[in-house]
Amino acid sequence: MTELLDLNLVEASKALKKKEISSLELTKAYLKSISDTSSLGAYIEIVEVKAISMAKESDKKLIDGIARPLEGIPIGIKDMFCTKNIKTTASSKILENFIPTYESTVTQNLWNDGAVILGKLSCDEFAMGSSNETAAKGNVINPWLKNKKMSPGGSSGGSAAAVAARSALAATGTDTGGSIRQPAAFCGITGLKPTYGRCSRWGIVAFSSSLDQAGPLTRTVSDAALMLNSMAGYDQKDSTSANLKMPDLMDYLDKGIKGKKIGIPKEYTQDGISEDIVKFYEKSIGWLRDEGAEIIPVSLPHTKYALPAYYIIAPAEASSNLARYDGVRYGVRQEASSLDEMYELTRANGFGDEVKRRIMIGTYVLSSGYYDAYYLKAQKVRRLIKEDFENVYKKVDYILTPSTPTTSFELGKKQDPLTMYLNDIFTVPASLAGLPGISLPVGLDKSGLPIGIQLIANSFDEAGLISTARVLEMSAGFNFIADGAAK
Amino acid sequence: MPNKDTIVDVPTVNKIARLSRLGIPEGNKESLTNDLNNILGFVAQLDEVDTSNVEPLASVTGHKLPLRSDDVNDGNIEDLVLKNAPERSSGFFVVPKVID
Repeated sequence: MTELLDLNLVEASKALKKKEISSLELTKAYLKSISDTSSLGAYIEIVEVKAISMAKESDKKLIDGIARPLEGIPIGIKDMFCTKNIKTTASSKILENFIPTYESTVTQNLWNDGAVILGKLSCDEFAMGSSNETAAKGNVINPWLKNKKMSPGGSSGGSAAAVAARSALAATGTDTGGSIRQPAAFCGITGLKPTYGRCSRWGIVAFSSSLDQAGPLTRTVSDAALMLNSMAGYDQKDSTSANLKMPDLMDYLDKGIKGKKIGIPKEYTQDGISEDIVKFYEKSIGWLRDEGAEIIPVSLPHTKYALPAYYIIAPAEASSNLARYDGVRYGVRQEASSLDEMYELTRANGFGDEVKRRIMIGTYVLSSGYYDAYYLKAQKVRRLIKEDFENVYKKVDYILTPSTPTTSFELGKKQDPLTMYLNDIFTVPASLAGLPGISLPVGLDKSGLPIGIQLIANSFDEAGLISTARVLEMSAGFNFIADGAAK
Repeated sequence: MPNKDTIVDVPTVNKIARLSRLGIPEGNKESLTNDLNNILGFVAQLDEVDTSNVEPLASVTGHKLPLRSDDVNDGNIEDLVLKNAPERSSGFFVVPKVID
């Protein structure tokens, strides 16, 4: 069993194609793993029967020699993706009984390429959070220092914990302000947020539509490349989907970075960042230099204003998107005598505190008399942040930053919403600019928790992002396994 | 942006809650008001940024929204549309009575 779990996605795929293993035995190993690591709480829905039947179908294709790119690979799906006939709750009480009648484009792309679904993964409610603590069914536990009950990060906390705990070979996530990259950093795995528009948003529960983007959480950079190859693609059903072909990312794994220019933004080494992270950030700069990259100091002067702009724009869009949960068309209804009272009680009982706070902030900044001062102002600052990146990309090819200011923290330790928001200080700027970013593990801090480093590329340069991340991955040689991982 | 410690008070919170159709229990209003003031105080930093002559940015895609021809491309899925409704009747969503 352990040997099966030791294989990463690319290795498992090769072993399947050589018929050294079958998808059925691989899928069964992962189902056992899910049960062995159930105390982490990563899964909120397990679809064993469907997993077994998809694995058997994949085995037939493998035998017939007509295997697709992800044939027989068992993966977990963040509960933000609508899955046909499989409960999809966005970790919210208001959707606790919602069973979609359609499939999201990204998950359909994965099934079309042969992937096998294991189940649905917990996340912060409506993807609003950075610790997975806002999930209606409770937090997920980080498999690192398991007994200390650390946060897996969020919002894709279940996805990151499952990949780190080896209860999924890979997982999907969504990233609005850091929700793939921050949990990947906390759980010692790789998380890639593509360029806005690369993956279709159709069938993903909407949080902040101008920022939401799907991406993979995986063990390695090459696993991320293989997953994103399948997830990405133009979709007529999403008006912001980019009609641009993405090259086969597997062709870019070993391109190296000789002569590439890496920008080091001075604004990302601020007070409050942990010493161990600074140490590994400096090591990472050295590794890239040793591999032939030119290191160039750069400045993104509006970085400081990214988080405040984000906490206007994202809640504004959320307040509008979440208006649909009215107890009429789907979700849980609270009975009342009048229509308005029914709306108010349904939403009061169905949403958790963080979601309510964001709806309230969003409604306020969009309300008459405050729209210009808050919402328009934030959109103007968003342009300045995007222009900062455009200026820097005239001089460099990639930007290297820490993924998070600290490593994971104990669950329940950060009660104040603002303190929680600061987790995303290094991931939000690229989100506002729509740029692709990847977080990968480069080392452990003094207490044994993983440290993530982020690379940010220019729009639609996922291929170059993969080449550069692969170099950093090889240099860092991070090969630790979480103590809470399935054995 | 107003630049004071108290940006919103309880009556304002009541008004926003009403606009949001969110029932807020009386006992939670003080702490919610406090949270909202902290967040609004934090985002007020944006006042420091000179944004004169800056156009607001609503979308990063840069492409024009595509149009499709106005044709019916699905239909006859009434059951699927209503499947998740808390209450339905004769092909309709049902809500509490609005007119006496």
